[in-house]
Amino acid sequence: MIEINKSIDKSVPLLLLLLYLLGNVCLAELRGSGDLGVVIERERGSVLIIETSKRSILARVEKLGDLSHASVVFSRDQRYAYVFGRDGGLSKIDLLQDKLVRRVVQAGNSIGGAISQDGRFIAVANYQPGGVKIFTSDTLELVADIPAVYGDDKRSRVVGLVDAPGRQFVYSLFDAGEIWLLDMRDPSRIEIQKFSDIGRQPYDALLTPDGRYYLAGLFGESGLALLDLWHPEEGVKRILPEYGKDDEKLPVYKMPHMEGWSVTGNLAFVPAVGLHQVLVIDMLQWRLVKSIPVAGQPVFVMARPDGRQIWVNFAFPDNQQVQVIDVEDLSVSRTLQPGKGVLHMEFTPRGEEVWISVRDDNQILVYDTRSFQEMARLPAVSPSGIFFTSRAAKTGL
Amino acid sequence: MWRCLLLLCFATSAAAGKPDPQRQRELRSLLKNDCGACHGLTRKGGLGPPLLPEALAGKSDAELLRTIQEGRPGTAMPPWKPFVDADETLWLIEELLRKQPVSMEHGG
Repeated sequence: MIEINKSIDKSVPLLLLLLYLLGNVCLAELRGSGDLGVVIERERGSVLIIETSKRSILARVEKLGDLSHASVVFSRDQRYAYVFGRDGGLSKIDLLQDKLVRRVVQAGNSIGGAISQDGRFIAVANYQPGGVKIFTSDTLELVADIPAVYGDDKRSRVVGLVDAPGRQFVYSLFDAGEIWLLDMRDPSRIEIQKFSDIGRQPYDALLTPDGRYYLAGLFGESGLALLDLWHPEEGVKRILPEYGKDDEKLPVYKMPHMEGWSVTGNLAFVPAVGLHQVLVIDMLQWRLVKSIPVAGQPVFVMARPDGRQIWVNFAFPDNQQVQVIDVEDLSVSRTLQPGKGVLHMEFTPRGEEVWISVRDDNQILVYDTRSFQEMARLPAVSPSGIFFTSRAAKTGL
Repeated sequence: MWRCLLLLCFATSAAAGKPDPQRQRELRSLLKNDCGACHGLTRKGGLGPPLLPEALAGKSDAELLRTIQEGRPGTAMPPWKPFVDADETLWLIEELLRKQPVSMEHGG
């Protein structure tokens, strides 16, 4: 009896320790990451980690450098965010532990990046020195440095970098007027296919959601450059070359963006450069269906995930509003006034809500996309880009 | 010639036409956000060239004034004349030449 009691006495502390440890494991919040996202606070050099289910801010991660024009891609497990900063910084953030995992400054001036189809590689588009650098996604180790050389040993700034099926990357050379297709099938022997004379000053590009068509917008002339990735041997075609030739172009106070889900059904919606118009292009014939008059020069033209609506924000001095285009009748159905300096919009994974960053009001506004009711306001310091983890599973974003 | 004379007139009237504090705030915000859209928040350049004091050294006020007011045809630089007058532009040039971007001063 005494013996037994003794053994119980001994095991009590052990039992308590075990319970304590178990309790700790259970108390630590287990959560998925499919409803997480990142908001860029450009001037502060920080990002907010947010969640869209209860619309709340979870954490702030700081010391990420110059985040003007920063953009983000996600690891395929949706746990890590890769932030591309203007100052060439590439930062890997753990969204579940709210911390910076690793950061490399890989260039003097960059514009954005992409993650490969298999999630193994991160590609960064650089202005200075002009070119693309490829890193492993786990440790951010440099795998390849591909200078955007053209003409007499000149370096071009790189824009419109996207990932494409078949572990490829596609991008445009702003200064050279070229499109390069990078094949990473064998990472130790990267193949580059170059397309020249694609048009003057490509400024950005989009990849259709199926990963087939790469469409680059041109700043230096009318029309767009089109590459069919199912048939790269056919070369780059020019579409809509006559468009806007006779129109008086307005000065452009902010370059439009093309990346985003601006494709719905057979229609692509793209911003017209220097005009208060959104262009609707029929992707079967690659011809202009309509130019929709809007409230200013469009910056982002984004389709709601179900393709029923297109949301548009605008360049200075019309950047206090957002317009919604009804895809069925191709006209503006709604104008919202979120506040001064609307910089970006991001839809929840299936599009029932949209988050809008309003820079000068230091706020993020959340709207219901069906009723257009404002659902929430969240504080953020000069917020710009908003990126949700649902992008991880989308090609070309 | 006329243009030079005009510019001279603008240049000499600059001291008299200093924007009031409220307008100065607006202009600083414009410089940071809207010039910054192409030239970078820290003015180290982007699609547009850097606007740091050392990058602008050697360019005359008249040249800078014309570039900002009229834009540079054939490039992405638009004319800012609809939003800032000549006096305000000269004040902005002074800001550009005088100091590093404001944005990084209250960073972090």
